[in-house]
This record gives sequence, structure tokens and C-alpha cells, in this order.
Amino acid sequence: MRLKVNGEDREFNGKTVLELLQELEIIPERVAVEVNLKVIKRADFENHPLNDGDSVEIVYFVGGGAA
Amino acid sequence: MEDKLIIKGIEFRSRLWIGTGKYKDFEETARVIEASGADVVTVAVRRVNITDRKSENLLDYIDPKKYKILPNTAGCYTVEDALRYSRLARESGVSDMIKLEVIGDEKTLFPDVIGLLKATEILAKEGFIVFPYTNDDPVMAKRLEDAGAAAVMPLGAPIGSGLGIRNPYNIKIILEAAKVPVIVDAGVGTASDAAVAMELGCDAVLMNTAVAAAKDPIAMANAMRHAVIAGRLAYKAGRMPKKLYATASSPIEGML
Repeated sequence: MRLKVNGEDREFNGKTVLELLQELEIIPERVAVEVNLKVIKRADFENHPLNDGDSVEIVYFVGGGAA
Repeated sequence: MEDKLIIKGIEFRSRLWIGTGKYKDFEETARVIEASGADVVTVAVRRVNITDRKSENLLDYIDPKKYKILPNTAGCYTVEDALRYSRLARESGVSDMIKLEVIGDEKTLFPDVIGLLKATEILAKEGFIVFPYTNDDPVMAKRLEDAGAAAVMPLGAPIGSGLGIRNPYNIKIILEAAKVPVIVDAGVGTASDAAVAMELGCDAVLMNTAVAAAKDPIAMANAMRHAVIAGRLAYKAGRMPKKLYATASSPIEGML
């Protein structure tokens, strides 16, 4: 299936959010994930299905003060 | 006597809050935080770079068990974006606290207070502990408090400007009316600015650039730690009244 991940087109053959993170070698505990503008709870990463055309955002904390 | 800052039942070890932007590397960030004595550190929420991922993570250097992580909505110009970043930040699992920014203008980075008020209201209802970054406007501070803000964070001067506390009288009026803590956010340039904010009676000061852009950030973090403590102590001590003319402090009696 085709996904948009952090703004980039990506081919993905897995099924769930967790599988996508594993493919990207991202530690699930370190990130927050949004699928089609909906925040996914970490406990649901394992079961949340991804579908063709989904837009996924994976974010984490970086250094920042204001603005 | 104990003089602890407590907000929504959370006890804070230090009245100096530190931003983690603009440092050379994570190691310097960690050393600055250590030197500052801060227990609140602000962070930003950003996309993970999925094509060129660095293995290092800020939270490898700042232990969320040791420090209170305060995510911000920096870079958000709309209510929708601010809500989105806040909800993602909370789901990251480190905190229900959010330093809420809804920026209204690129050049000044002044807040869009109308959007800020809306976002504060919504997030407070969702159970967030909301710290809105606002103007030094006493009326808006009150409105934010009424909307459920855990504290108000008026700017001393524009973000990253280092101009100091430009309107201490407004900060004073905000303090007089506020039932929630007042934390100066933005504008501090050097130690005396931080001391001024604390002497006015502010509950804490948040800063980033003043430390990060100093020639020696670690030394400046240490200076800020002392300035905030000194300012707070002076506020609690109660300063002498200002007078136009001199008053000798040595006795006249016994003079030759």
C-alpha cells in the first residue's frame, strides 16, 4: 500500500502502526503517532491498522524553547 | 522557611525553567540544565526524520524521571495546529503539561491572544495543565486564568530578543490580579533581567536564548540560577522604599 509518512510517499507492506515503526527502526516508546489527523494511543500501535492512502505523522521531542 | 512553587499539585524544585533549543549538542544541553538547577525543561514536538535518522534522542540526555518535560507548541500559528501539537505531545507520555503558544506574527513572534484564549479553554477542558505564552497584558492574563490556565506566562520582551523586562509595571499589575502563578517567558537577556522578574514577584522565569546565546552557556546557566534565587529572596525580603535624597546610614552623634 501507499502511505504518506511525515510528508513523504512510502510503500508499506505491513499492517499496523507498530509494524511501520519497526520497519523504520523507530522505538515506539519515544514517539507519538497520528494517522489521518487522529492521535493513536501507544497501547493501540500494535492493533491500529493502516490502509492505502493513509497519512501518518511520527513525531518526537527535540530541543526547543519558544516559537 | 520553605518557599516552594506548587502548580496544580505539582511541586517544582526550581523557579528557573529552561528551554532546550539552540545548543551546540545534547551534551551541552544536559550540562546547561544541570548548571541551571532547573527541573522544568521545555521541548518542541517535531517530525522524526525517517530517511536520515540519528540514533541519539534528546531524552537520552534529559531523563524524564529527573526533570519535568514541558512540551511546547512552538511554531503554531493557528488554534488547530496548537491543539494538534498539544495532543501529540501528551501522547508521547511524558506529561500533561503544555506550554501553549499560538503565534500571531512572524517578525515579533507576539502571541495571537484570541487564538491563545480559545486553545487554552479547549485544552484545559481536556485535562491539560496549560501554560499559555501571552503578552504582558493584564486583561488577557485574567481571561486566560478564567479559561483554565494553570499559570500565565507573559513575555518580558519578544522571544529571543534579550531586551529584558520591558514593561515591569504591566507585569506588576498582572501579578496583583492573578490567582494563578505568573511566569515570565521570553525577553530575559542576562542575569539582572531574571532578578528583576523575580523581584517583581513573579513565581518563575523561563528562558532559552539568554543562556544558549551566551559566550559560555554553562556559566550563564549558573548565573541565572543565582539571579533567580537572589531575585526571589529579595522579593520575599521586601525592598526598601525608593527616595530621591540621601539618608546617611552612619550616626551624626559622636562626630568630632
